Amino acid sequence: MRRKHLLSIMAPASMALMVVGAEPAYAMHLSEGILPLPWAGLWFALAIPFVWWGIRDLRLRSKDEPHLKAMVGLVGAAVFVISCMPIPVPTAGTCSHPCGTGMAAILIGPSLTVLVASVALTLQALFLAHGGLTTLGADIMSMGVAGAFVGYGAFVFCRRVGLPLMVAAFAAGILSDWATYAVTSFVLALAIHGDSSLWTMFWTITVAFVPTQVPLGILEGFIAAGAYRFVSTRRPEYLGLLARGGVA
Amino acid sequence: MKRVVVAGLVLVSFLVMIGSASLAEEGGKWPGVDESVVEKFAKAAGREPWEPFINTDQGDLLLFVFLLAGVLGGFVMGYNFRKLFPPRAEATVRPPDV
Repeated sequence: MRRKHLLSIMAPASMALMVVGAEPAYAMHLSEGILPLPWAGLWFALAIPFVWWGIRDLRLRSKDEPHLKAMVGLVGAAVFVISCMPIPVPTAGTCSHPCGTGMAAILIGPSLTVLVASVALTLQALFLAHGGLTTLGADIMSMGVAGAFVGYGAFVFCRRVGLPLMVAAFAAGILSDWATYAVTSFVLALAIHGDSSLWTMFWTITVAFVPTQVPLGILEGFIAAGAYRFVSTRRPEYLGLLARGGVA
Repeated sequence: MKRVVVAGLVLVSFLVMIGSASLAEEGGKWPGVDESVVEKFAKAAGREPWEPFINTDQGDLLLFVFLLAGVLGGFVMGYNFRKLFPPRAEATVRPPDV
């Protein structure tokens, strides 16, 4: 029994070790200093209310949902590992990482997803040279806020139009990934377009992400659908309202 | 028919992988999109990235902290997974010692 217990902890640890230990790679994270300070400050100011909302939601929901803290711990660790996991994309010859926020949004809700993404991004900026402290607000807005709310919105929309749960979860994964990179492109374009057209710059950056992010978005779709299927099969009560049709 | 489709898909995937692997070799490595996209555009606009405040990107140190992050993240996942999805109780009852 003890051996089984140890195995159940060691298996995900080894998996995470293998994938993360392969080679550091960075993707949607904006590096330290890339954004001019006024823009960095603006994105911080926009991100703070979402993080505060996540903290408040965690406190309120944990009173009614005893499993929630463990679920947030599990999903948060998964988002942290997934968002520093380099994946080579053969069609583009580059590496990038999924974000895991689409999966997180349909498992724990969008506000808590912003919270776990913020923690993951802060740790990566501090210790992994992955992103930056000055660009943290912008990274939270793209990966946390856009990824979570677009993923969750896609899931709810698909359920409302009567699509099956797995299709809705797949859509959440794929669209949250693409939304994250679209917002990253927008944030970068806003900061650096100078005298040229903002939209031309935005589309140029977005198109440059396409060869890598189209396949990775599809992968995120499978991750979200697989995780949702697992939880809904084993413990549907953890999904709360989402399990009863995805309409919160 | 199904076999033909599967074989076709495998062949196409193989060709894409070989083709893009050679493309990647021409570039010399598999750069992250931060380098090939974000930093490329930022540098063109005169925004060079700064050195991180805690710079772990030195030699194998970065590999070490990524390994550590993976191990810790994996342990947290495993610990919470075990709490949320405990193994099902064993169905068989141990027979009493005779």
